[in-house]
Amino acid sequence: MKTQSKTPGVVLLTGALTGIGRATAIAFAREGAKLVVSGRHDDKGRELVAELRGLGAEAEFIKADVRHEDEVKNLVEKTVKRFGRLDIAVNNAGTEGKPGPIVEQTAETYAATFETNVFGVLLSLKHEMRVMQRQKAGSIINVSSTLGQSGAPGASLYVASKHAVEGLTQSAALEGASFGVRVNSVAPGPTDTGMLTRFTGTPEKKAALVGGVPLNRMGTPEELAAAIVFMASPEAAFITGTTLVVDGGKLAR
Amino acid sequence: MNNNNGQKLAGKVAVITGGSRGIGAAITKRLAADGASVAFTYAKGADAAASVVKEIERSGGKAIAIQADAADADAVKAAVEKAAATFGQLDILVNNAGTAIPKPFEETTLEELDRVIDINIRGVFVATQAALKHMHEGGRIIMIGSAVGERVAAPGLVPYAGTKGAVKMFTQALAREIGSRGITVNNVQPGPIDTELNPATGDWATPQKAATALNRYGHVDDIAAMVAFVAGPEASYITGANLTVDGGMNA
Repeated sequence: MKTQSKTPGVVLLTGALTGIGRATAIAFAREGAKLVVSGRHDDKGRELVAELRGLGAEAEFIKADVRHEDEVKNLVEKTVKRFGRLDIAVNNAGTEGKPGPIVEQTAETYAATFETNVFGVLLSLKHEMRVMQRQKAGSIINVSSTLGQSGAPGASLYVASKHAVEGLTQSAALEGASFGVRVNSVAPGPTDTGMLTRFTGTPEKKAALVGGVPLNRMGTPEELAAAIVFMASPEAAFITGTTLVVDGGKLAR
Repeated sequence: MNNNNGQKLAGKVAVITGGSRGIGAAITKRLAADGASVAFTYAKGADAAASVVKEIERSGGKAIAIQADAADADAVKAAVEKAAATFGQLDILVNNAGTAIPKPFEETTLEELDRVIDINIRGVFVATQAALKHMHEGGRIIMIGSAVGERVAAPGLVPYAGTKGAVKMFTQALAREIGSRGITVNNVQPGPIDTELNPATGDWATPQKAATALNRYGHVDDIAAMVAFVAGPEASYITGANLTVDGGMNA
Protein backbone atom coordinates (compact mmCIF):
# COMPACT_ATOMS: atom_id res chain seq x y z
CA MET A 1 0.00 0.00 0.00
CA LYS A 2 1.22 3.46 -0.82
CA THR A 3 1.34 6.03 1.92
CA GLN A 4 0.10 9.57 1.44
CA SER A 5 3.60 11.07 1.44
CA LYS A 6 4.70 8.89 -1.48
CA THR A 7 1.87 9.75 -3.85
CA PRO A 8 2.60 12.13 -6.73
CA GLY A 9 0.06 14.70 -5.49
CA VAL A 10 -1.96 16.77 -7.94
CA VAL A 11 -1.17 16.05 -11.60
CA LEU A 12 -2.37 18.02 -14.63
CA LEU A 13 -2.05 16.48 -18.09
CA THR A 14 -2.77 18.13 -21.42
CA GLY A 15 -3.42 15.98 -24.45
CA ALA A 16 -4.47 13.31 -21.98
CA LEU A 17 -7.21 11.57 -23.91
CA THR A 18 -5.26 9.33 -26.29
CA GLY A 19 -1.92 7.62 -26.81
CA ILE A 20 0.96 8.55 -24.52
CA GLY A 21 -1.16 11.07 -22.56
CA ARG A 22 -3.81 8.50 -21.75
CA ALA A 23 -1.26 5.87 -20.68
CA THR A 24 0.44 8.49 -18.51
CA ALA A 25 -2.84 9.42 -16.81
CA ILE A 26 -3.44 5.76 -15.99
CA ALA A 27 0.14 5.32 -14.71
CA PHE A 28 -0.24 8.33 -12.40
CA ALA A 29 -3.64 7.07 -11.19
CA ARG A 30 -1.99 3.79 -10.20
CA GLU A 31 0.59 5.79 -8.20
CA GLY A 32 -2.22 7.40 -6.22
CA ALA A 33 -2.25 10.82 -7.91
CA LYS A 34 -5.14 13.25 -7.99
CA LEU A 35 -5.63 14.01 -11.64
CA VAL A 36 -6.94 16.61 -14.00
CA VAL A 37 -6.98 15.31 -17.55
CA SER A 38 -7.49 17.72 -20.39
CA GLY A 39 -8.22 17.57 -24.06
CA ARG A 40 -10.67 18.76 -26.67
CA HIS A 41 -13.27 15.96 -26.68
CA ASP A 42 -15.95 15.71 -23.96
CA ASP A 43 -16.92 12.11 -24.64
CA LYS A 44 -13.37 10.75 -24.49
CA GLY A 45 -12.73 12.90 -21.42
CA ARG A 46 -15.70 11.47 -19.54
CA GLU A 47 -14.67 7.96 -20.54
CA LEU A 48 -11.10 8.44 -19.26
CA VAL A 49 -12.25 9.98 -15.98
CA ALA A 50 -14.50 6.98 -15.37
CA GLU A 51 -11.57 4.66 -15.97
CA LEU A 52 -9.28 6.66 -13.65
CA ARG A 53 -11.91 6.69 -10.90
CA GLY A 54 -12.27 2.95 -11.40
CA LEU A 55 -8.59 2.71 -10.46
CA GLY A 56 -9.37 4.53 -7.23
CA ALA A 57 -8.05 7.93 -8.31
CA GLU A 58 -9.73 11.29 -7.78
CA ALA A 59 -9.98 12.59 -11.32
CA GLU A 60 -11.62 15.38 -13.30
CA PHE A 61 -11.83 16.19 -16.98
CA ILE A 62 -11.48 19.82 -17.98
CA LYS A 63 -11.93 20.64 -21.63
CA ALA A 64 -9.25 22.91 -23.03
CA ASP A 65 -7.57 23.74 -26.31
CA VAL A 66 -3.96 24.68 -25.51
CA ARG A 67 -3.89 27.13 -28.44
CA HIS A 68 -6.11 29.55 -26.52
CA GLU A 69 -4.71 31.36 -23.50
CA ASP A 70 -8.07 31.86 -21.78
CA GLU A 71 -8.66 28.11 -21.91
CA VAL A 72 -5.21 27.24 -20.56
CA LYS A 73 -5.55 29.82 -17.78
CA ASN A 74 -8.96 28.42 -16.90
CA LEU A 75 -7.60 24.86 -16.93
CA VAL A 76 -4.83 25.65 -14.45
CA GLU A 77 -7.07 27.80 -12.23
CA LYS A 78 -9.78 25.13 -12.07
CA THR A 79 -7.20 22.47 -11.25
CA VAL A 80 -5.95 24.48 -8.28
CA LYS A 81 -9.50 25.31 -7.23
CA ARG A 82 -10.50 21.63 -7.28
CA PHE A 83 -7.42 20.10 -5.63
CA GLY A 84 -5.77 23.03 -3.79
CA ARG A 85 -2.40 22.95 -5.58
CA LEU A 86 -0.46 21.73 -8.63
CA ASP A 87 2.47 19.37 -8.06
CA ILE A 88 3.11 17.93 -11.52
CA ALA A 89 2.19 19.10 -15.00
CA VAL A 90 2.65 17.02 -18.14
CA ASN A 91 2.45 19.11 -21.31
CA ASN A 92 1.70 16.40 -23.78
CA ALA A 93 -0.76 18.06 -26.17
CA GLY A 94 0.78 18.01 -29.61
CA THR A 95 -0.08 17.61 -33.24
CA GLU A 96 1.61 16.10 -36.26
CA GLY A 97 0.33 19.11 -38.20
CA LYS A 98 0.22 18.69 -41.94
CA PRO A 99 3.39 16.84 -42.98
CA GLY A 100 4.83 17.58 -46.41
CA PRO A 101 7.93 18.96 -48.16
CA ILE A 102 9.21 22.43 -47.31
CA VAL A 103 8.51 23.68 -50.83
CA GLU A 104 4.79 23.20 -50.16
CA GLN A 105 4.56 24.76 -46.69
CA THR A 106 2.34 27.78 -46.03
CA ALA A 107 1.42 30.17 -43.27
CA GLU A 108 -1.49 27.83 -42.52
CA THR A 109 0.60 24.64 -42.20
CA TYR A 110 3.09 26.54 -40.05
CA ALA A 111 0.35 27.78 -37.73
CA ALA A 112 -1.34 24.36 -37.62
CA THR A 113 1.80 22.87 -36.09
CA PHE A 114 3.33 25.72 -34.07
CA GLU A 115 0.12 26.92 -32.40
CA THR A 116 -0.30 23.63 -30.56
CA ASN A 117 3.25 22.33 -30.23
CA VAL A 118 5.05 25.56 -29.35
CA PHE A 119 2.54 28.24 -28.35
CA GLY A 120 0.49 25.63 -26.47
CA VAL A 121 3.52 24.52 -24.46
CA LEU A 122 4.51 28.15 -23.79
CA LEU A 123 1.02 28.99 -22.50
CA SER A 124 0.95 25.84 -20.39
CA LEU A 125 4.37 26.58 -18.88
CA LYS A 126 3.37 30.18 -18.20
CA HIS A 127 0.28 29.37 -16.17
CA GLU A 128 1.65 26.25 -14.49
CA MET A 129 4.82 28.03 -13.43
CA ARG A 130 2.85 30.95 -11.97
CA VAL A 131 1.14 28.52 -9.60
CA MET A 132 4.31 26.56 -8.87
CA GLN A 133 6.28 29.75 -8.22
CA ARG A 134 3.83 30.63 -5.43
CA GLN A 135 4.12 27.09 -4.04
CA LYS A 136 7.92 27.17 -4.40
CA ALA A 137 7.66 23.60 -5.68
CA GLY A 138 6.61 21.66 -8.73
CA SER A 139 7.75 19.43 -11.54
CA ILE A 140 6.92 19.86 -15.22
CA ILE A 141 7.43 17.41 -18.07
CA ASN A 142 7.14 18.55 -21.67
CA VAL A 143 6.65 15.75 -24.15
CA SER A 144 8.92 16.48 -27.10
CA SER A 145 10.17 13.93 -29.65
CA THR A 146 13.33 12.41 -31.05
CA LEU A 147 12.49 14.79 -33.90
CA GLY A 148 13.35 17.55 -31.39
CA GLN A 149 16.98 16.45 -31.80
CA SER A 150 17.25 15.46 -35.45
CA GLY A 151 15.77 16.22 -38.84
CA ALA A 152 13.28 14.32 -40.96
CA PRO A 153 12.31 14.85 -44.58
CA GLY A 154 8.67 15.80 -45.02
CA ALA A 155 8.27 16.75 -41.38
CA SER A 156 10.16 20.04 -41.17
CA LEU A 157 7.52 21.93 -39.21
CA TYR A 158 6.98 19.15 -36.70
CA VAL A 159 10.77 18.83 -36.34
CA ALA A 160 11.17 22.58 -35.86
CA SER A 161 8.33 22.73 -33.35
CA LYS A 162 9.82 19.92 -31.25
CA HIS A 163 13.25 21.57 -31.31
CA ALA A 164 11.45 24.60 -29.91
CA VAL A 165 9.98 22.49 -27.12
CA GLU A 166 13.52 21.43 -26.13
CA GLY A 167 14.60 25.07 -26.02
CA LEU A 168 11.55 26.07 -23.98
CA THR A 169 12.27 23.21 -21.58
CA GLN A 170 15.87 24.23 -20.93
CA SER A 171 14.98 27.91 -20.53
CA ALA A 172 12.06 27.12 -18.23
CA ALA A 173 14.35 24.88 -16.17
CA LEU A 174 16.88 27.69 -15.73
CA GLU A 175 14.10 30.09 -14.67
CA GLY A 176 12.28 27.57 -12.46
CA ALA A 177 15.43 26.51 -10.59
CA SER A 178 15.36 29.68 -8.49
CA PHE A 179 11.90 28.88 -7.15
CA GLY A 180 12.03 25.12 -6.70
CA VAL A 181 10.49 24.05 -9.99
CA ARG A 182 12.05 21.38 -12.17
CA VAL A 183 11.35 21.26 -15.90
CA ASN A 184 12.39 18.37 -18.13
CA SER A 185 11.31 16.81 -21.37
CA VAL A 186 10.68 13.24 -22.36
CA ALA A 187 11.37 12.51 -26.03
CA PRO A 188 9.52 9.56 -27.52
CA GLY A 189 10.87 7.77 -30.56
CA PRO A 190 8.44 5.82 -32.75
CA THR A 191 5.64 4.93 -30.36
CA ASP A 192 2.62 2.85 -31.25
CA THR A 193 -0.13 5.50 -31.14
CA GLY A 194 -2.87 6.88 -33.31
CA MET A 195 -0.75 9.95 -34.05
CA LEU A 196 2.00 7.83 -35.56
CA THR A 197 -0.58 6.04 -37.71
CA ARG A 198 -1.85 9.40 -39.01
CA PHE A 199 1.70 10.73 -39.41
CA THR A 200 2.93 7.81 -41.49
CA GLY A 201 -0.30 7.29 -43.42
CA THR A 202 -0.01 3.56 -44.08
CA PRO A 203 0.72 0.51 -41.90
CA GLU A 204 3.72 -0.25 -44.16
CA LYS A 205 5.26 3.18 -43.61
CA LYS A 206 4.60 2.90 -39.88
CA ALA A 207 6.35 -0.48 -39.74
CA ALA A 208 9.28 0.89 -41.78
CA LEU A 209 10.08 3.36 -38.98
CA VAL A 210 11.33 0.46 -36.91
CA GLY A 211 14.17 -0.04 -39.40
CA GLY A 212 16.36 2.61 -37.76
CA VAL A 213 15.63 1.46 -34.23
CA PRO A 214 18.27 -0.78 -32.60
CA LEU A 215 15.68 -2.52 -30.43
CA ASN A 216 13.83 -3.28 -33.65
CA ARG A 217 10.33 -2.40 -32.45
CA MET A 218 8.08 0.53 -31.65
CA GLY A 219 7.72 1.73 -28.10
CA THR A 220 4.47 1.39 -26.21
CA PRO A 221 2.58 4.30 -24.63
CA GLU A 222 3.09 2.53 -21.28
CA GLU A 223 6.89 2.66 -21.69
CA LEU A 224 6.67 6.40 -22.28
CA ALA A 225 4.32 6.80 -19.33
CA ALA A 226 6.79 5.09 -16.99
CA ALA A 227 9.55 7.48 -18.05
CA ILE A 228 7.31 10.51 -17.51
CA VAL A 229 6.24 9.32 -14.04
CA PHE A 230 9.88 8.75 -13.06
CA MET A 231 11.07 12.15 -14.28
CA ALA A 232 8.23 13.89 -12.46
CA SER A 233 8.88 12.07 -9.19
CA PRO A 234 11.08 13.03 -6.21
CA GLU A 235 13.44 10.27 -7.37
CA ALA A 236 14.46 12.76 -10.07
CA ALA A 237 14.96 15.66 -7.62
CA PHE A 238 18.40 16.59 -9.03
CA ILE A 239 17.29 16.36 -12.66
CA THR A 240 16.28 19.54 -14.44
CA GLY A 241 16.74 20.98 -17.91
CA THR A 242 17.35 17.57 -19.46
CA THR A 243 15.69 15.35 -22.03
CA LEU A 244 15.00 11.71 -21.33
CA VAL A 245 15.03 10.03 -24.73
CA VAL A 246 12.85 6.90 -24.91
CA ASP A 247 13.39 5.68 -28.43
CA GLY A 248 14.75 2.15 -28.57
CA GLY A 249 18.12 3.67 -29.51
CA LYS A 250 16.98 5.52 -32.63
CA LEU A 251 19.04 8.64 -31.82
CA ALA A 252 22.09 6.63 -30.74
CA ARG A 253 24.28 7.12 -33.78
CA MET B 1 14.81 6.96 -1.46
CA ASN B 2 13.35 3.56 -2.19
CA ASN B 3 10.06 5.05 -3.35
CA ASN B 4 7.22 2.94 -4.63
CA ASN B 5 9.70 0.46 -5.88
CA GLY B 6 8.90 -2.77 -4.17
CA GLN B 7 11.19 -5.40 -5.59
CA LYS B 8 11.43 -4.45 -9.24
CA LEU B 9 14.77 -6.22 -9.60
CA ALA B 10 13.84 -9.43 -7.78
CA GLY B 11 15.59 -12.41 -9.34
CA LYS B 12 18.18 -10.23 -11.10
CA VAL B 13 21.93 -10.25 -10.61
CA ALA B 14 23.93 -7.03 -10.85
CA VAL B 15 27.64 -6.30 -11.01
CA ILE B 16 28.81 -2.84 -10.00
CA THR B 17 32.41 -1.77 -10.49
CA GLY B 18 33.77 0.49 -7.77
CA GLY B 19 30.94 -0.23 -5.35
CA SER B 20 32.48 0.26 -1.93
CA ARG B 21 32.05 4.01 -1.54
CA GLY B 22 30.51 7.16 -2.94
CA ILE B 23 28.13 6.88 -5.87
CA GLY B 24 29.01 3.20 -6.41
CA ALA B 25 28.07 2.22 -2.86
CA ALA B 26 24.74 4.04 -3.19
CA ILE B 27 24.02 2.24 -6.48
CA THR B 28 24.98 -1.13 -4.98
CA LYS B 29 22.72 -0.64 -1.96
CA ARG B 30 19.83 0.66 -4.06
CA LEU B 31 19.91 -2.24 -6.54
CA ALA B 32 20.03 -4.64 -3.59
CA ALA B 33 17.10 -2.86 -1.93
CA ASP B 34 15.16 -3.26 -5.18
CA GLY B 35 15.72 -7.01 -4.98
CA ALA B 36 18.84 -7.71 -7.04
CA SER B 37 21.68 -9.90 -5.83
CA VAL B 38 24.73 -7.69 -6.13
CA ALA B 39 28.44 -8.25 -6.67
CA PHE B 40 30.71 -5.25 -6.56
CA THR B 41 34.38 -4.60 -7.06
CA TYR B 42 36.66 -2.34 -5.06
CA ALA B 43 40.27 -1.37 -5.62
CA LYS B 44 41.25 -0.79 -2.00
CA GLY B 45 39.58 -0.35 1.35
CA ALA B 46 38.40 -3.83 2.31
CA ASP B 47 36.70 -2.45 5.43
CA ALA B 48 34.42 -0.11 3.48
CA ALA B 49 33.56 -2.95 1.10
CA ALA B 50 32.77 -5.30 3.98
CA SER B 51 30.49 -2.75 5.57
CA VAL B 52 28.48 -2.35 2.34
CA VAL B 53 28.06 -6.14 2.22
CA LYS B 54 27.03 -6.23 5.88
CA GLU B 55 24.49 -3.44 5.44
CA ILE B 56 22.86 -5.21 2.49
CA GLU B 57 22.81 -8.56 4.29
CA ARG B 58 21.25 -6.99 7.39
CA SER B 59 18.34 -5.84 5.19
CA GLY B 60 17.92 -9.36 3.85
CA GLY B 61 19.78 -8.86 0.56
CA LYS B 62 22.58 -10.79 -1.09
CA ALA B 63 25.95 -9.16 -1.78
CA ILE B 64 29.57 -10.06 -2.38
CA ALA B 65 32.61 -7.80 -2.62
CA ILE B 66 35.48 -8.64 -4.97
CA GLN B 67 38.86 -6.92 -4.88
CA ALA B 68 39.75 -5.77 -8.41
CA ASP B 69 41.48 -2.63 -9.66
CA ALA B 70 39.50 -1.28 -12.62
CA ALA B 71 42.77 -0.73 -14.49
CA ASP B 72 43.68 -4.43 -14.21
CA ALA B 73 41.95 -6.21 -17.08
CA ASP B 74 42.52 -9.74 -15.76
CA ALA B 75 41.22 -8.81 -12.33
CA VAL B 76 38.10 -7.17 -13.79
CA LYS B 77 37.40 -10.17 -16.00
CA ALA B 78 37.86 -12.55 -13.07
CA ALA B 79 35.52 -10.44 -10.94
CA VAL B 80 32.73 -10.57 -13.53
CA GLU B 81 33.19 -14.34 -13.87
CA LYS B 82 33.10 -14.78 -10.10
CA ALA B 83 29.88 -12.78 -9.85
CA ALA B 84 28.19 -14.85 -12.55
CA ALA B 85 29.43 -18.11 -11.00
CA THR B 86 28.34 -17.12 -7.49
CA PHE B 87 24.81 -16.11 -8.42
CA GLY B 88 24.35 -18.32 -11.48
CA GLN B 89 23.54 -15.51 -13.94
CA LEU B 90 24.24 -11.86 -14.77
CA ASP B 91 21.57 -9.37 -15.82
CA ILE B 92 22.88 -5.89 -15.00
CA LEU B 93 26.36 -4.34 -15.27
CA VAL B 94 27.00 -0.90 -13.82
CA ASN B 95 30.34 0.50 -15.01
CA ASN B 96 30.79 2.91 -12.14
CA ALA B 97 34.54 2.74 -11.44
CA GLY B 98 36.16 5.93 -12.63
CA THR B 99 38.87 8.38 -11.82
CA ALA B 100 39.88 11.98 -12.39
CA ILE B 101 43.27 13.62 -11.91
CA PRO B 102 42.30 17.29 -11.95
CA LYS B 103 45.16 19.61 -12.91
CA PRO B 104 46.06 22.07 -15.65
CA PHE B 105 46.34 20.40 -19.05
CA GLU B 106 49.95 21.43 -19.65
CA GLU B 107 51.04 19.91 -16.33
CA THR B 108 49.30 16.61 -16.99
CA THR B 109 51.71 13.78 -17.75
CA LEU B 110 51.26 10.99 -20.24
CA GLU B 111 51.25 8.53 -17.33
CA GLU B 112 48.35 10.39 -15.76
CA LEU B 113 46.46 10.37 -19.05
CA ASP B 114 47.03 6.62 -19.35
CA ARG B 115 45.74 6.05 -15.83
CA VAL B 116 42.50 7.94 -16.56
CA ILE B 117 42.03 6.12 -19.88
CA ASP B 118 42.81 2.71 -18.30
CA ILE B 119 40.08 3.08 -15.69
CA ASN B 120 37.46 5.17 -17.48
CA ILE B 121 37.60 3.49 -20.90
CA ARG B 122 39.70 0.32 -20.87
CA GLY B 123 38.03 -0.84 -17.65
CA VAL B 124 34.59 -0.26 -19.17
CA PHE B 125 35.57 -2.16 -22.31
CA VAL B 126 36.83 -5.17 -20.36
CA ALA B 127 33.96 -5.38 -17.87
CA THR B 128 31.34 -4.95 -20.59
CA GLN B 129 32.84 -7.63 -22.82
CA ALA B 130 33.05 -10.04 -19.91
CA ALA B 131 29.50 -9.34 -18.76
CA LEU B 132 27.92 -9.61 -22.21
CA LYS B 133 28.96 -13.27 -22.43
CA HIS B 134 26.44 -13.97 -19.67
CA MET B 135 23.65 -11.59 -20.67
CA HIS B 136 20.39 -12.43 -22.40
CA GLU B 137 17.37 -10.47 -23.59
CA GLY B 138 16.47 -7.90 -20.96
CA GLY B 139 20.13 -7.39 -20.00
CA ARG B 140 21.25 -3.95 -18.91
CA ILE B 141 24.63 -2.24 -19.39
CA ILE B 142 24.77 1.04 -17.49
CA MET B 143 27.68 3.46 -17.70
CA ILE B 144 28.38 6.14 -15.16
CA GLY B 145 29.69 8.83 -17.48
CA SER B 146 29.63 12.47 -16.51
CA ALA B 147 27.85 15.70 -17.31
CA VAL B 148 31.29 16.93 -18.43
CA GLY B 149 31.21 14.26 -21.12
CA GLU B 150 28.91 16.68 -22.95
CA ARG B 151 29.68 20.15 -21.59
CA VAL B 152 32.60 21.34 -19.52
CA ALA B 153 32.10 24.04 -16.89
CA ALA B 154 35.50 24.08 -15.15
CA PRO B 155 39.21 23.93 -16.08
CA GLY B 156 41.55 21.11 -15.13
CA LEU B 157 39.46 18.25 -16.48
CA VAL B 158 40.78 17.65 -20.00
CA PRO B 159 41.57 13.90 -19.75
CA TYR B 160 38.51 13.25 -17.58
CA ALA B 161 36.12 15.11 -19.91
CA GLY B 162 37.72 13.42 -22.92
CA THR B 163 37.21 9.94 -21.49
CA LYS B 164 33.64 10.70 -20.38
CA GLY B 165 32.86 11.98 -23.88
CA ALA B 166 34.26 8.69 -25.12
CA VAL B 167 31.97 6.79 -22.74
CA LYS B 168 28.99 8.61 -24.29
CA MET B 169 29.87 7.46 -27.82
CA PHE B 170 30.87 4.00 -26.55
CA THR B 171 27.34 3.78 -25.16
CA GLN B 172 25.65 4.91 -28.36
CA ALA B 173 27.74 2.64 -30.59
CA LEU B 174 27.27 -0.43 -28.40
CA ALA B 175 23.53 0.22 -28.00
CA ARG B 176 23.19 0.18 -31.78
CA GLU B 177 25.35 -2.94 -32.15
CA ILE B 178 23.60 -5.15 -29.59
CA GLY B 179 20.07 -3.72 -29.64
CA SER B 180 18.74 -6.67 -31.62
CA ARG B 181 19.63 -8.93 -28.67
CA GLY B 182 17.24 -6.98 -26.45
CA ILE B 183 20.07 -5.73 -24.25
CA THR B 184 20.04 -2.01 -23.47
CA VAL B 185 23.10 0.23 -23.01
CA ASN B 186 22.71 3.60 -21.31
CA ASN B 187 24.93 6.32 -19.88
CA VAL B 188 24.00 8.06 -16.63
CA GLN B 189 25.78 11.43 -16.52
CA PRO B 190 26.10 12.89 -13.02
CA GLY B 191 26.83 16.51 -12.37
CA PRO B 192 28.45 17.49 -9.07
CA ILE B 193 27.54 14.86 -6.47
CA ASP B 194 28.56 15.14 -2.83
CA THR B 195 31.13 12.39 -2.15
CA GLU B 196 34.45 11.92 -0.38
CA LEU B 197 36.23 12.55 -3.71
CA ASN B 198 34.17 15.63 -4.58
CA PRO B 199 32.80 17.11 -1.35
CA ALA B 200 30.08 19.75 -1.52
CA THR B 201 32.11 22.20 0.58
CA GLY B 202 35.48 23.80 -0.06
CA ASP B 203 37.25 25.76 -2.81
CA TRP B 204 36.80 23.14 -5.51
CA ALA B 205 33.06 22.93 -4.77
CA THR B 206 32.20 26.61 -5.14
CA PRO B 207 32.40 26.89 -8.95
CA GLN B 208 30.72 23.50 -9.44
CA LYS B 209 27.81 24.45 -7.22
CA ALA B 210 27.47 27.78 -9.03
CA ALA B 211 27.42 26.01 -12.40
CA THR B 212 24.24 24.13 -11.51
CA ALA B 213 20.85 25.78 -11.99
CA LEU B 214 19.67 24.39 -8.65
CA ASN B 215 22.77 25.92 -7.01
CA ARG B 216 23.61 22.82 -5.04
CA TYR B 217 25.33 19.47 -5.17
CA GLY B 218 23.32 16.33 -5.76
CA HIS B 219 23.17 13.36 -3.42
CA VAL B 220 24.55 9.92 -4.27
CA ASP B 221 21.01 8.57 -4.00
CA ASP B 222 19.96 10.81 -6.92
CA ILE B 223 22.29 8.82 -9.17
CA ALA B 224 21.30 5.50 -7.64
CA ALA B 225 17.63 6.30 -8.37
CA MET B 226 18.31 6.88 -12.07
CA VAL B 227 20.42 3.72 -12.28
CA ALA B 228 17.66 1.72 -10.59
CA PHE B 229 15.07 3.10 -13.00
CA VAL B 230 17.07 2.33 -16.13
CA ALA B 231 18.00 -1.12 -14.73
CA GLY B 232 14.36 -1.93 -14.22
CA PRO B 233 11.69 -3.47 -16.45
CA GLU B 234 9.94 -0.12 -17.05
CA ALA B 235 12.96 1.21 -18.97
CA SER B 236 12.74 -1.49 -21.63
CA TYR B 237 12.56 1.01 -24.53
CA ILE B 238 15.42 3.21 -23.31
CA THR B 239 18.77 2.44 -24.94
CA GLY B 240 21.71 4.45 -26.21
CA ALA B 241 20.49 7.30 -24.03
CA ASN B 242 22.53 9.81 -22.09
CA LEU B 243 20.70 10.34 -18.82
CA THR B 244 21.92 13.55 -17.28
CA VAL B 245 21.43 14.09 -13.54
CA ASP B 246 23.19 17.40 -12.98
CA GLY B 247 20.93 19.94 -11.29
CA GLY B 248 20.55 21.75 -14.59
CA MET B 249 24.29 22.32 -15.12
CA ASN B 250 24.19 21.52 -18.83
CA ALA B 251 20.88 23.23 -19.67
